[in-house]
Amino acid sequence: MRTPVTERYPLAFRLYPYVKSPDQTAVTPIRHKVVVAGGGPVGLATALDLGLRGVPVLVCDDQEGVGLGSRAICFAKRTLEICDRLGAGVSMLAKGVQWNIGKVFHDNRLLYEFNLLPEDGHAFPAFINLQQPLFEKFLHEAIVKAQSQGAPIEIRGSNRIDAVVRHEDHVTIDVMTPDGPYVLEADWLVACDGARSPIRSMLGHGFDGRVFEDNFLIADVKMKANFPTERWFWFEPHFKSGDSALLHKQPDDIWRIDFQLGWNIDRQKELKPENIRARVSAMLGPDVDYELDWCSIYTFQCRRMEKFRHGPVLFAGDSAHQVSPFGARGANSGVQDADNLGWKLALVVQGLAPDTLLDSYDSERVYGADENIANSTRATDFITPKSAISKLFRDAVLQLAETVPFARTVVNSGRLSMPCTYDGSPLNGPDVASFPARTRPGSPCPDAPIGADWLLRLLGGNFTLLAIDADVPTTFSACGIPLSVLSVSGRDNKALCERYLGNATSAVYLIRPDQHVAARFEHFDEEVVAAAVGRAIAKDVVDA
Amino acid sequence: MLETKPNFNRPDESYALLIKAHEGLSEAESHAMNARLILILMNQIGDHAVIAEALALARNVRAAT
Repeated sequence: MRTPVTERYPLAFRLYPYVKSPDQTAVTPIRHKVVVAGGGPVGLATALDLGLRGVPVLVCDDQEGVGLGSRAICFAKRTLEICDRLGAGVSMLAKGVQWNIGKVFHDNRLLYEFNLLPEDGHAFPAFINLQQPLFEKFLHEAIVKAQSQGAPIEIRGSNRIDAVVRHEDHVTIDVMTPDGPYVLEADWLVACDGARSPIRSMLGHGFDGRVFEDNFLIADVKMKANFPTERWFWFEPHFKSGDSALLHKQPDDIWRIDFQLGWNIDRQKELKPENIRARVSAMLGPDVDYELDWCSIYTFQCRRMEKFRHGPVLFAGDSAHQVSPFGARGANSGVQDADNLGWKLALVVQGLAPDTLLDSYDSERVYGADENIANSTRATDFITPKSAISKLFRDAVLQLAETVPFARTVVNSGRLSMPCTYDGSPLNGPDVASFPARTRPGSPCPDAPIGADWLLRLLGGNFTLLAIDADVPTTFSACGIPLSVLSVSGRDNKALCERYLGNATSAVYLIRPDQHVAARFEHFDEEVVAAAVGRAIAKDVVDA
Repeated sequence: MLETKPNFNRPDESYALLIKAHEGLSEAESHAMNARLILILMNQIGDHAVIAEALALARNVRAAT
């Protein structure tokens, strides 16, 4: 007897109510190209990316929409750039609260402040704060728009995946619905089913790492307040509401407050509204009026799967890796997974690239996850020192930081999410060492203004030959892939020159569909560029 | 590369100054001062590879001798 599909959590938005599919009454299981498990930020971004590339994709979610509760709130510049490519960036930016400045306090003293985007010439700010349900809703709106323009994306609500059996070149999936069970097949399954990933368990894969012995209380409060739009972090705050505290502004007069509670606490007691209010009031002062909007206590872990690809099953987002929240590296890295996977899976499904291209999804995103886990672990060790000696050094750093500038560089309240550069990736092609380091092969392209537009907008989502004051053909194909050609000039464009030319007067860049640099050259040479395209799709150009 | 040959210009005076700097401090205060001192000296060295060598030497000095 199988359990019926139930609502596991209250919904903020019912976006995809259950509708019975003809698949459920098919005599033999229907085979799909790609099934995405889970309709969270990563699942929706993956489906949108594939659908926009014309790849048929089916999303199965055991709920009928977006869960209630702010949860992830800090969305980084790179995430916004990716969402802009997917058609959701403008609405996110319009609704989100933009910020670039962070301030760090010890007790009641300002230690230092930092600016996450100290240069001009970017379409998007360093961060916006936006409640996760709204982030998901904007992605869903972009899906609905893409569907209306013919993108082959389908979302099935109240479709819970109960079993997955892996075969050589496909998977069999048991799905439960309000009308009972049915069976599906898929050439590819992308598991975006969260930190507790049922699919990871079904397939028996491990998820190892470190547990941090501390509890954090999130209190999202609604109030009219005049704090500036900045990230404020306190170590040992003077208002004594926790060992550390964090304040962030969200849209609609909601403020995120985090308090560090320690390890041995009584969760039920701490979650009582009067106890939460005591902490919040101590922080805000007695005269501030506010309502509690959403509260939660969390502990956290830093861990990842050993491999993100298991044959036809690919893991993305929290199902593959988990970090502490300090640094906003959870949802942001998950969207980068989707960005990395979308074009690769599309080329493989379309028969334009060998399936070994998907092994580079594993190697590149494992590399990214390790970078995120390292950053997140270091921040956590600083915020929550795990031994007496670790606390002694932490306190020494905080004490020095007030008066001695060097110590401020060691103060770590979270190193905020930056996209990783895939140094050493097997997809990277030739480099020109004298060009700027920040655009070396593997780097995410930094944005730059191009006339009234932006470089990343003009790059779009195809393989692109970017010519800066260099001669390139107006059309060019390699390995069966037609490239976009974008010719721009560095004249009177300081940002573009600094980021892409350095001291050179011209350059040719090969840009991947995820807007990472694949290779760069002094001049266009058809054979050399074609070889780099082959390398970037894991194809030996000799048999292309 | 970590300097392990003599590099002090006034070794006895420097050592005496270190001991004197701790005079009158409780053990906890001395530990805290040492922690600050280590951080200050690490920044003076700057080079991560040299810091790593120094930490390895400090940790394994018994095994090395």
